[in-house]
Amino acid sequence: MIEGLWLLAQTDGPNRFAEMAAEGLSLGSIYALLGMGLVIIFKATQVLNFAHGALTAAGAYLIAAFASILDIPGRWMPGSPEWLQWTLAVVLAMAAAAGLGMLLERVFIRPMVGEELFAVALVTLGVDIMLRGVTNDFIGTDPRPLGDPFGTQILDLGWVTMAYSEVAQIITAVVLVAVIGLFFRSRTGIAMRATAFDQEAARAQGINVGRIFSIAWAIGAVLATVAGLFISIFPRRSAGVDTATAFFVFRAFPVVIVGGLDSFVGAIVGGLLIGFAESAAVSYVKFDFLGVGFGGIVPYIVMLVVLIVRPYGIFGTEEIRRV
Amino acid sequence: MRGRPLLYTSYQEDQALLNTWTKKVIGALFLAFLVVAPFGVVPGFTFLADNDWIKLLSQVLIFAIGALGLNLLTGLAGQVSLGHAFFLGVGAYTAAWLGGEPGGALLGLGLPMWVWLPAAAIVPAIIGVIVGPTAVRVRGLYLAIVTLGLVIIGEYVFRNWKGLTGGSQAGRTHPEFEFRFWKEGTPVFDFAQDARILGIQVSSEISTYLLMLAFAVIAVLVAKNIQRSRSGRAFQAIRDRDVAAEVMGVAEFRYKLLAFGLSSAFAGVAGALLASFVGRTIPERFDLFLSVQFIAIIIIGGAGTVSGTLMGAAFVLMLPRFVRDATDWMAGIVDSGQGVLAWVGDLFIATSPDDFGLINTLPGVGPGLSVDQLNGVLFGLLIVLFLIFEPLGLYGIWLRVRNYWKGWPFTY
Repeated sequence: MIEGLWLLAQTDGPNRFAEMAAEGLSLGSIYALLGMGLVIIFKATQVLNFAHGALTAAGAYLIAAFASILDIPGRWMPGSPEWLQWTLAVVLAMAAAAGLGMLLERVFIRPMVGEELFAVALVTLGVDIMLRGVTNDFIGTDPRPLGDPFGTQILDLGWVTMAYSEVAQIITAVVLVAVIGLFFRSRTGIAMRATAFDQEAARAQGINVGRIFSIAWAIGAVLATVAGLFISIFPRRSAGVDTATAFFVFRAFPVVIVGGLDSFVGAIVGGLLIGFAESAAVSYVKFDFLGVGFGGIVPYIVMLVVLIVRPYGIFGTEEIRRV
Repeated sequence: MRGRPLLYTSYQEDQALLNTWTKKVIGALFLAFLVVAPFGVVPGFTFLADNDWIKLLSQVLIFAIGALGLNLLTGLAGQVSLGHAFFLGVGAYTAAWLGGEPGGALLGLGLPMWVWLPAAAIVPAIIGVIVGPTAVRVRGLYLAIVTLGLVIIGEYVFRNWKGLTGGSQAGRTHPEFEFRFWKEGTPVFDFAQDARILGIQVSSEISTYLLMLAFAVIAVLVAKNIQRSRSGRAFQAIRDRDVAAEVMGVAEFRYKLLAFGLSSAFAGVAGALLASFVGRTIPERFDLFLSVQFIAIIIIGGAGTVSGTLMGAAFVLMLPRFVRDATDWMAGIVDSGQGVLAWVGDLFIATSPDDFGLINTLPGVGPGLSVDQLNGVLFGLLIVLFLIFEPLGLYGIWLRVRNYWKGWPFTY
């Protein structure tokens, strides 16, 4: 398949291939961010978070709220540059989102400790419906702009043109992967890895598992917010966060399946893989009968193909079933 | 109570669906009630003669049929499925293709109901069996995402197959309920018309409702029989411990496929009935939210039980109605301004653009939730609350009540 793509690239023009690769990289980085959030929450708390979409929309709305609607902290720093005000607003929004994640965990997930996986996943589905209802009420009928400084500016790199925000996307994703990688080497990070490996043993060693749960959900919510930011601005959706933003995450669930539910590396690899696949499919597979929206189901097709070969994802740990 | 109610002297008695005298009597009375109530003759329940209620009850029955299928798959066989909406869609569009108006822009063959309704059961079942092997390979949460993928891919196919579905947002009409032999002009019985049977005036809403009731009774009988049959026991063995089941000789692969096929058949029938009942569908109707509604019915009602499923269907579908009535009633009290309830209610309900409240009675007014959004939030909240506090659902609550009275004070 790689050779096929290479051949296509050479015949159809390296330009188109480069464009597709760039698009795949930026889309893949969003998918990787969403996948990382899901995997961190799953590894630490054994919960597949169906509410991630609502968290994404809520996070994006918080950014819109702080940056454009309320103008905090901009209103207290009138002379400072736009990008600084906006970045601080984003930081505040991430903090608020982290708080929201911790609140959700404490209220809805903590009582379900010990219940079977599917029941907890359904609880998150219920939480998703609730959170989406409330967030959509705040958002209203019109999309809310996020007030980002990237705007519609485009960077011309010769073979490809990429939007400023897409470059920022990729850089942010790389930075976050590095930060989280470093985090996993810190004391709390090791504690989280221990909890993911064996909750009871971690508790026996004196790790405050409840606090680990809260931190995991906070990190997950922050990652969702960042993903939500990039979903809601140019070039994905120029108008801003609206009632459909929460549904974007359903395109990203295959990422954690392909990568393996409990593999952080898998989320990144899966995200990039699916991002490239979707971008390639949209660029090169142009048949009339495919109609509209084929790109949206490419992640699921990739997922089904991978599952046939590896039922637990590429990097997932195979469940040992005992009688 | 005379004698020993739980003393069974034959295998038939033990396996009977209505195995106690109480169940027989209550069952017969309840069925009679359901048949007669829409005519407005039951004292205390005359409001059921209202067309709104009859239509709501018909929808409850249709959703119950679909939910029975999901109950078989998720509650009985333990196979998590978020893909139920896809099979509802397949059933609906199969019925539309076979029974729809021929010769138009949309596919349709004009065949009668005794062709399209069974086909709406068989075609989704076949697709369920085809999709099955992929789904059977994966377990637990991976299976949930695979079935989620089914719904999403299904929605994509429905949206783009304009000849079958009419395309996004446009939609198509579905065959009407009518008894006919083949393609003749005037049907033997047309459910869209009011009729006079045995001297009683039967409106079109009531006759449609009775038809749905008949199908629901058949579906309940089939579901209950599957539950007590060999396949039903195999499903439960797989749900409880599938490795142990396989070790004991239960063919895991075959029975999982059977579960998928059967549940898809139920879903297909429900989809066809729902589409014909409403008359018109758009492809977006068969989305994840429809699947979640069925999951909610199973959870709230009680997974693995038929009576739980029925209770769940009634609860989930009547919830919006109750919320609306309750909000209106509260708004009425707040408006009149009398009493403590009005003052408390004012905090919750906003009746005018300047009023502050959590819930709006008028659309798009004020910062609070509209009634529709309140419905959505309550729906999610109920799912969460039932999962946290009563995993056995309404059936579990019923069990507690029944067992309390059974042991008070030391019966027997």
